[in-house]
Amino acid sequence: MKIGILVSEGPFTHQASDSAYQFVKAALEKGHEIFRVFFYNDGVNNGTRLTVPPQDERNIQSNWTELAEKHNLDLVVCIAAAQRRGILDENEAKRQGKDADNIAPGFRISGLGQLIETGIESDRLVVFGD
Amino acid sequence: MSEQEQEFSGSDVQKKFLYLNRRAPYGTIYALESLEVVLIGAAFDQDVSLAFLDDGVYQLLKGQDTKAIGMKNFSPTYRALGDYEVTKLYVEKESLEERGLSIDDLMEITYEDEDDDWAEKPSIQLVNRSEFAAIMAAQDVILSF
Repeated sequence: MKIGILVSEGPFTHQASDSAYQFVKAALEKGHEIFRVFFYNDGVNNGTRLTVPPQDERNIQSNWTELAEKHNLDLVVCIAAAQRRGILDENEAKRQGKDADNIAPGFRISGLGQLIETGIESDRLVVFGD
Repeated sequence: MSEQEQEFSGSDVQKKFLYLNRRAPYGTIYALESLEVVLIGAAFDQDVSLAFLDDGVYQLLKGQDTKAIGMKNFSPTYRALGDYEVTKLYVEKESLEERGLSIDDLMEITYEDEDDDWAEKPSIQLVNRSEFAAIMAAQDVILSF
């Protein structure tokens, strides 16, 4: 089955991103295809490479990055939600006149149309939120 | 390519999208960011409905005034949804009643029906809890905010 994922909460405060990660991993192990993982609302905060959780805790961002590298996943952060919350890639930082970017490897920034497309193209869209 | 892939990869695919709004308009950003998805999604020519239940019914209250909390009052945008061909706004009757509200407390939201000589019609439909279950079961994609 072709599955699309929406993550709408940030890391740590809510379990949504952890659950989505475990779900995606399990689905891939079962041979399903993940069309895209879309990060919206505070979910965009999963895509900053600057998180530094204590060493004995999971690192949610690097979990996603490693999974994306291993399975060639498409991790997309919503641009409008990202701009509100200070998640920028190199191009956006330049365009907005900011002195740094923070997007994590394996993530890319794009528009909400990518979420609608995920709904259209996937057999199921699974939402992980609060 | 499987039959299923063919079915979903064409640009003429139309699915039933339901946006489920369950939270008050202010206090969290969910209502505003849900509306932003609806507006962008309208360009994709899908079969779109919005649902308002629990505290989500407050999103449609008339006379919203946000000056004192320093936030943008985005409620006029709901009245423009008809221009985006978003014409089905389901409001749960029980959620209104539980909050001491009736349809008279909600904004008047209308659309022009192109199949009926552009007659102006109400976009809001009151549905009860059991009818809601049927509406949700009929959807292809449900985005919950």
